Amino acid sequence: MSEWALEVEQLAKKFPGVQALRGVDLTIPRGVTVGLLGPNGSGKSTLMRILAGVQRPSAGEVRVLGRRPGRETKERVAYVPEVEHLYPWMDVDEALRFTAAVFLDFNPDRAEEMLALAGLDREARIGDLSKGYRARLKLVLAMARDAELVLLDEPLSGIDLISREKVLDGFLRGHRPGETTVVITTHLVREVEPLLDRVAFLKEGRVVLDGEAEALRAKRGCSIEDLYREVFA
Amino acid sequence: MTWDFDRNRPIYLQIGEEICRRIVRGDLPPGARTPSVRELAAELRVNPNTVQRAYQELERNGVLFARRGQGSFVREDPALVGRLRQQIAAAAARRYWTEVAALGMSPEEARRLIAGVIHDDKSSLR
Repeated sequence: MSEWALEVEQLAKKFPGVQALRGVDLTIPRGVTVGLLGPNGSGKSTLMRILAGVQRPSAGEVRVLGRRPGRETKERVAYVPEVEHLYPWMDVDEALRFTAAVFLDFNPDRAEEMLALAGLDREARIGDLSKGYRARLKLVLAMARDAELVLLDEPLSGIDLISREKVLDGFLRGHRPGETTVVITTHLVREVEPLLDRVAFLKEGRVVLDGEAEALRAKRGCSIEDLYREVFA
Repeated sequence: MTWDFDRNRPIYLQIGEEICRRIVRGDLPPGARTPSVRELAAELRVNPNTVQRAYQELERNGVLFARRGQGSFVREDPALVGRLRQQIAAAAARRYWTEVAALGMSPEEARRLIAGVIHDDKSSLR
């Protein structure tokens, strides 16, 4: 088993007219929570899609849990895209059963616990849920799996304060430190930074700074949020 | 309630300080079991690895000890509370002196000021 959750080397992704990733280098050990931080358009979501195995790189090397992203890694990776990916006609219970049927690592006890914490009603139709509750459900479905890698793309964006706190609480409840590796992309640095072991700053398709969050605070004498300002302002 | 820590300093150090304050205040008396890593992480909304690191640091400094499979406990050392109390108070005093010295206060003015604050506080309690 590879000791690295992620090994990314000179990764590039080109779309017609746009160079989204320009040579990303990043290695992440297993069991840590990483914040992938950067402004809109820095390439965060593209990198997440490649790690999730739903998009192919144009050039470079990617290893997820020691393997090329593909069918086999998808079974061990829980990916939550920023876009709405749940069927609006399903109710919460059907979404849970659907996830349980597709993924062997689904943990019904944790799902139950997280559902209660999120304040979600099993019978509610997804299409009728507010944006905040849909965000809570997306997180529950991902964290209820005993996945080795969890990829959360902008789990807090565009939702209200209470829903953001519920998502963070659900994350802490569902997270298994040392076992699961988590990558969170966000531009809400202040709210997320206490949860992070490591941070990687993505700027114009490259990682410009990465390291342990506590070591960066100690060395620079400032918060990750201040560092973010310094890098991107 | 969310505990508001200083984001400019390593969080594990501040969690360690918070545990020491709880020990001195008597919320965590000698021999008491500390909250589990998971509980404290959820309470403070921080990464469990950070809490784990804070506990390890406190074990190294002789404040806590770990019992295999049972969690961490406050050391039953009669001198512990006094020692921590002295440390925390000295740090607070240093912060006070650093701040008023930066305002250009002399040691004498600073002493008079703090004595006055203590005096006013005492009279308000009556």
